[in-house]
This record gives sequence, C-alpha cells and structure tokens, in this order.
Amino acid sequence: MRKRRDPIKDTAREVRVFRARSLLAALLVLLMAGGLGARLFYLQVVEHDVFTTRSEKNRVRVEPLPPTRGLIYDRQGKLVAENRPTYNLTIVRERVKDIDATLDRLVDILGLDETQVEAFRKRSRQRQRPYQPALLMSDLNERQIARLAVNRYRLPGVEVEAQWLRHYPDPKIMSHVLGYVGRINDQELASLDSGNYAGTHYIGKTGIEKQYEKALHGQAGLRKVETNARGRVLRELERTPPEPGKDLTLTIDTQLQQMAYDLLDGQRGSIVAIQPQTGDILAMVSAPGFDSNEFVTGISYKDYQSLQQDPDLPLFNRAAHGHYPIGSTIKPFEALAALQNRVVTPEEVIYDPGYYKLPNGTRHYRNWLRWGHGRVDLERALAVSNNTYFYTMAHRLGIDDLSSFMHKFGFGEVTSLDVQGASSGTVPSREWKREKYGEAWYPGETLSAGIGQGYWMVTPLQLATAEATLANRGNWVRPHLAKRVGEASVEPPFKNTKPDVKLDKDVWWDDVFNGMQKVVSGREGTARHIGQGLQYEMAGKSGTAQVFSLGQDQKYDADELKERLRDHALFTAFAPVDDPQIAIAVIVENAGGGSSHAAGLARALADEWLLSDDENTHQAEELIKEDVEVEGT
Amino acid sequence: MKGLEWRRFSRAPSEGMGRKRSFWSGLHLDPWLLLLLLSLMGAGLVVLYSASGMSLAVALGQASRFGVALLAMFVIAQFSPGTLYRWTPLAYCLGIAMLLAVEIMGDIGMGAQRWLEIPGVIRFQPSELMKLAVPMMVAAYLYKRSLPPSIRDLLICALIIGVPVMMIMRQPDLGTSLLVACAAVLVIFLAGLSWRVIGLLAVLLASALPLLWFNMHEYQRQRVLTFLNPESDPLGSGWNIIQSKTAIGSGGVFGKGWGLGTQSQLEFLPERHTDFIGAVLGEELGLIGMLVFLALYVLIVGRGLFLANTAQDTFGRLIGGSIVLTFFIYVFVNIGMVSGILPVVGVPLPLVSFGGTSSVTLLVGFGILMSVHTHRRLLPR
Repeated sequence: MRKRRDPIKDTAREVRVFRARSLLAALLVLLMAGGLGARLFYLQVVEHDVFTTRSEKNRVRVEPLPPTRGLIYDRQGKLVAENRPTYNLTIVRERVKDIDATLDRLVDILGLDETQVEAFRKRSRQRQRPYQPALLMSDLNERQIARLAVNRYRLPGVEVEAQWLRHYPDPKIMSHVLGYVGRINDQELASLDSGNYAGTHYIGKTGIEKQYEKALHGQAGLRKVETNARGRVLRELERTPPEPGKDLTLTIDTQLQQMAYDLLDGQRGSIVAIQPQTGDILAMVSAPGFDSNEFVTGISYKDYQSLQQDPDLPLFNRAAHGHYPIGSTIKPFEALAALQNRVVTPEEVIYDPGYYKLPNGTRHYRNWLRWGHGRVDLERALAVSNNTYFYTMAHRLGIDDLSSFMHKFGFGEVTSLDVQGASSGTVPSREWKREKYGEAWYPGETLSAGIGQGYWMVTPLQLATAEATLANRGNWVRPHLAKRVGEASVEPPFKNTKPDVKLDKDVWWDDVFNGMQKVVSGREGTARHIGQGLQYEMAGKSGTAQVFSLGQDQKYDADELKERLRDHALFTAFAPVDDPQIAIAVIVENAGGGSSHAAGLARALADEWLLSDDENTHQAEELIKEDVEVEGT
Repeated sequence: MKGLEWRRFSRAPSEGMGRKRSFWSGLHLDPWLLLLLLSLMGAGLVVLYSASGMSLAVALGQASRFGVALLAMFVIAQFSPGTLYRWTPLAYCLGIAMLLAVEIMGDIGMGAQRWLEIPGVIRFQPSELMKLAVPMMVAAYLYKRSLPPSIRDLLICALIIGVPVMMIMRQPDLGTSLLVACAAVLVIFLAGLSWRVIGLLAVLLASALPLLWFNMHEYQRQRVLTFLNPESDPLGSGWNIIQSKTAIGSGGVFGKGWGLGTQSQLEFLPERHTDFIGAVLGEELGLIGMLVFLALYVLIVGRGLFLANTAQDTFGRLIGGSIVLTFFIYVFVNIGMVSGILPVVGVPLPLVSFGGTSSVTLLVGFGILMSVHTHRRLLPR
C-alpha cells in the first residue's frame, strides 16, 4: 500500500506537532536548567569550602621576610663581615611587550653577554607563576644603575631590585677563619627549616659563617599580602617582623692576623696564635688564602676549577685540617711525660755519641748532629733539640704511655669549640696501629715517635692549643673563635671539657720551660738567632717535619731535593714565660729546618702582640667599651 | 484538552484588558516578554558594572548598546511575519555573500577573520546575521512544504544549513557555527522531524565526533583536552576553568557581596566582563543570584514558547520557537562553561555579557517573536 502522498499542507496537524514539540522542548529546558542549578549547588554548597580555600590561596600570598644576617667583628670591634647593598636587574615577562627588543636594548645599555641572556631565558621559563620576576643580571654597578634610570621609560617591566650581599673587607687573610656564604643548594635546601629560610638565598658554607649559621641567620618573619592575579601587592593583611641575625665578635685580632699572613710571605703554611688564659684564638692563618667574596657573588666554574687545581691548595684550611708530623716540637711534652712517669729526673745526664741504639739492636738512630752533643740533661736536651736523649725517653716510656700523655694536651682529638671541621690528627699507639694496619708495633717506631716523626699527625691548631695548655702549666682552656654572640659573651665550656694536666711536682713545668727558654735565649739554643734583643722571656721549640724519609746513613741534602719534598719548618712558642700572653704555632711547608725558617715568624708575632702600642690602646679601648656597656645595661 | 489553556492566555489581552491590548498590540510588543527582558538587562548591567571593575564607561556603553538593541527589536517587531518571510532569502544570500567576503579578506589579511569592517563606520560580524538568517531560511523553506519534512526536504535543509555553517567554521569559529546549526536544526525539530530520523542523526553525529576531532584546530583540541582535565595545565589553558569554578564555588549560597568578589576584582578570573561574567555573578551574588538569573532566563523561554504557539502560521511558529530555544542554549552553554561542565567556547551570557552585536542579534530575535505574536490576520488562512 505504498502510495506517494500528495504534499498537501495539514495546518492543524502542524499546529499539533509544534505544540507537542515545544512542550517537549520546554520540559527539556526545565531539565537543563535544573541540571545547571544542581551543578551550581554542587559548586557553591557542597564544594564551597574547597573553593573558598582555593580562592584564599589565590588572593593571599604569604611572603617571607628574610632576616638580615648578623655582622662579624674582630676582637677590636673592626668589621670583618658586613652586608652590602647590591642591585639586581629583574624582568617581569608579562609586562614586556617585545622581550627580544627589550633584551637587545639592555645588551646595549649594560653590555650583557650572550650567556647572561640565555641564563635569563632559562630562569624565565622555570618560573612558578605568571608575573614572577626573573633575574637578568646581579650586582649592578652605579654606572649601570644610572644608565638604566635614564632609559627607564623605554623599559617597562624591567626592575632594579636591592638586595643585601655579604662582603668581606679582608677576604684573603680571613678567608679560612670566616669561611663564606654562598647560594643555598638543593642538598642544603632539603635539610633546612624551609620556613625560616624561605626568603633567604645565602647560607654559611664554611668557617665561622657555617659554624654560627643559626645565630647569624636570625629568624625569618612573614607578611600576608593580598595580591591580584598579576602578583601586584594590593595591601598587607598581617605582618610578623623578622628577627635579625645576631652580631658576632671574634677572638681574632685582624691586625695580628694580617701580620701573620704577611709573615708567611707567599709561602704555604699556617700560623695559629692563642691567648693561653682564655683560649681566645688571636690569629689563625692558612696561606695562601683566597678571595671569599668571589664565592658570595657566585664564582665562575673556571675560576673555581683553577682554585681547586692550584697546587698550593688555597681553599684548604691548613690551620684546622692540615696534617703535619709534629717533629721536634713534641719534645717539651715528651719531657713532661718522662718526668711524670718517673723514667727520668731533670738532673739525669745521658751521653750522646751522635746516635742511639736499641738494646740488642744494630740500627743506629741518629742525632741531627752527627758527632753528638755529649753529656745532655733535660734542659740541654730541649735547648739543642737532642735526638738521642729523646730516643732514650721514648724507649723508656714506651709508645702507649707517651701517647696517652700526649692525649692530655689535646692531640689526637678535636678540642676547639667552634673551628669548623677541625681534624683530630693522629696519635700513634699499639692499639691504633693494630686497628689501622693490623700490624704489631715495632720498637724502632717508638724511637721515631720520640722525635715526632713517623705516624704523628697534628694540625697547627692542635699544636697551638697544646702550647697554650703548656704555657698555662696544664690548665686546660678550650680554644675558640667567637667571643660574643649578640650581646652575650660566649661562655664556652672553657674548663672541664678536658681535665687539666697535673704533674706530681709543679717544678717540672719550670724545668721544661727553662729548656724551652734556652732554645731562644741559650748559648746553644737551636733558635738563638731570634733571641737577640728580646724584651721579654720567650719559651720556644723548633721542629722539622720530614716529608721525605731518609734511609739509614743517608744524608739530607736540601738542595738536591725538590722543593715539594723538603721538610716542613715548625716552631712553637709562648711568651712571656712567667705570665704567658700568647702561644704560637708556626708551620711553613717545605721550608726546611724549623729553627731557621719558622722561629723568626713566631718572634715577630709575639713582638707585635706584646710590644705594640696599638695593642695596649686597643685593649684599653676594649675595657672602656665594656664598662660603657655595663653602665648601659 | 484541546489546548484550553493556550486559548485562555491568548485571549486574555483581548477580553480582560481591552484598551491595553490595543495599546501593546498597536506597538507590536509583548509586555510580559518586554518586562522580563528589561529586568534581565537591568540586572545584567548591575553585574556588568561590578565585573568591569566598577567601570561606569563600560556599564553606560552597554546600556547604550541595549538602547540600540531595543530600538532594533521595536523596529523588527513592526514588520509582519509575511514581510519577514519575504525578506528572508535576501538576508540569507546577503549573509552568504558577506561570509565569502570575510573569507577572502581573511585569506588576504592575517589568520582568523570574523569581522567585516568599514573602518571608522561600522564593524560587523556576518556570523551574527546568520544566527537568525539560517533558521529563518530553513523555516521559510519548510513553511512551503508539507510537514513533517520528507527526506528530500531534509537534504535541502541540510544544504541551506551546511553551506554557511561550514564557512563560519572555517573562520574559524566553531562555537558560533555550532550555534547557527543548532538554531536551524531546532526549526526542523519543531517542524516535526520524525523520531526515527532524529535517532539516525544522533548515531551519525556520534560516529562523526572522531572526524570532527581531526578537523579541529590545535587550540580547539586543547580546549577540549583542558576541559576534560583542567589541572593538567593550571597556568595555561586550564587557568580559565579552574579560576571560574573557584570563583563560583567560593561564592557560596549568598555570595561575597556585589563588587567584593576577590576572584573577579583581583583579576584572577579572565574575560570577567564578557564570556566569564557568569562566574562574577556566582562569586559575588552566590547561588541565590545565580538561581534568580536562571529563573529569569527560564521565564523568558517559557513566555517565548507561549508566544510562538500563538503564531498564526508555521513560519512564525518555527522561527519563534527556534529563537527562544537557541536563546536558552546560549544560557546553558555559557553557564555550563563557567561552571565547568562544558568546554570553553566563546559564547556570551545573553544580555549580561558585555558586547553589542550579540545583544542586538538577541533582541532582533525577540523582535521577530513579538512580530509573530502581534501581527494577526483577521481570518485564518
């Protein structure tokens, strides 16, 4: 029945169909409107809290307010680490219409190079949110700032930001004491209190800056601000001010430090000076130093490489980490050990034929003077640095008694309060050797140890510390670099960190001091050349640390040896003997004998400390200042 | 049944308000629809003022555009549906010609081209005209045919719709082209398109979706992807959706207060006085404000559908119904977009979003509706 129907319009039907369809459409409209309503209900009622939080997070930004880093002064109140304003150039990408044209313009104005521009592009891509400024150039000079100011109207979106940057006025001489701050790296970031460091870009990497990081850094504050989508701050909602870092006063005397550095005169070496009564480290020099300011602004990879590969190791803090054989500077301590262990009396005379031979032994252990010093007692043994005498002492003591006595003076352990990363060195003993090498101790090794060669490893800091304890007649003081942190003076546990060194007879100290005094002032003293015109009494001991071991009967010929294989020159001293003000350890690497190459430095330094008028006035000033402070509080 | 209610409503003016009937009829306006539209526009201006950051210039500019649009509505309403019917083919051809012109200019000029411009005089978007001209053309065609439309009629309608829609899509303006197509398809639907064909078309459309995907521009695909997972690119293309949802959601039931929306006023919300004005509304006036606007829209649609039903001929009915339903589709697409249930397409919130052209088009549409309602012949045809 398929007949093609004539296309006759059926109006009534059309009206009916339209009504049905429009009714259906109306229903659909209601359904869809209901759907929208439901969606809005879901967003605005069910999920309201979620979106409120999100909207607040949008609007309110918590900005950290970094504290200003504490300043560092030396003991005279001279500024040795300060904060200097620097200016950085940043660009807000979204405010710049044509970034390439702007960069070209800036290249013209500032003389930027391609790597800086590339680095900027990278930083710009790595931003966390839109309208966040990206750094183009740091540490602008005044000329560049002025040129930018003139061109400012042509450079929308380009901003100059002020920032405090650490600056060290005496970078070379203080580099190892102060250390330096540098940009926080990822590894440090992971272990830091992220809240406190949120606005901080720099952290103490080495030295005092690292050791006292907590105090110097201070406590970060924060402010809550309302920002618009472009990151512009519209108003401040809340503010907790930061607590600035505490100022630090060091025990270091910059003048003395400078002098010590100058005395080394370009040679590799280290000088440490300690005030015996207090443990104040007056000077701690490791030469050569380096320019610590370069590390603050960000040292280039090339420069860093060349510093690292420098054979003179300028980055290495010899004073705290340098391991040297103790050499003959062991002898005063060894003499005390022998006395205390009753293996010798001050009066006992030992004959020196120029060598020592172990009972039943055949090997000759030589005195430095081939033909020997003849009859030697304790005082003379020290003055002439007689080896045979101390071979004998060592043999009588045995290595273990000698070692344990040396431990009392702080050898073989870290005793300093706040010298960052100080090493403990090595004090050999039977047990030590067994553990380290799995070998038995040979009697011959005791003899080598008796003149400070062999396994001994001491740092200049340890040597100076021991010297200070010696000068104190055994009263132990803990060496330290910080004098005051903030207003409060550092009260390091000076006492009781180690027991004082006690001798059965107090007069033994004098016996040893006499010998040491003869080193400088005696007719035969190994360092008698520095004793001329001495205005105070000085006790000293020279030492020579072998870098190169000589076979039996070989003669040391300095000229034949390459410079790097020459002996290290050591000298330890304290003065004045009856009221010690300064204890000094000097090590000059590969300089040869200690008496000739290190003693003069110690004398000059002691002169500076004890005789210089400046020091007196400084000390007076310091006293006055302290009085004022007391009155003030 | 017999459409009793319809009749009562339609006769109400003639019986109950004798003088008023002649007054509004004489003006060729429908007072209820006019009242609803004016309420919507008034409330829209209030929201716009806040959304533009309290810019009086924007609000006044919009108000003056509304004035122009109302005038256009009034003028269109004066023409009888018969006149409109006669002019429809011309308007349609003019629209096609202008789309061609835009395309040629776009080829010469740069990239996307949607505007036709006589510099300094007028700027016109031909696709706006097509929003009305295409459904009118379809209605005009079907008016002459016996309904429901035969397959042959449908094919011809497809041609009428397909040509301009393809051209708009090439501009490229996917959103508008879909809306134009939608308006025209609604005409066919109201004309009584058989359910079997509807089912068939639905299947065809579903299978054409992948094809559509491959014909999309990269930015359009990006929009769809972002819609499906806005968190994947929170700073880039996901930003709009996230910020818009955040604005609405944080508004809660009562809103943050007029002019106090942090998302809107602090500019986290993009395009806040145009396409995303709905989010400002939701943030500042809350769920209640949203529902009030939604209710206004639904009332307008309801009144519009009623007016379409009172039309005396099929052309008027079809075009009237299509205009009203398309109006609602704008509303649905826009609010669906700002609330994150539809992808981001450039559809303004009718009579609230800032923009002159769309307001004029919309009110011209309502003018047609009013014309359909108020021009009655004394005798049925």
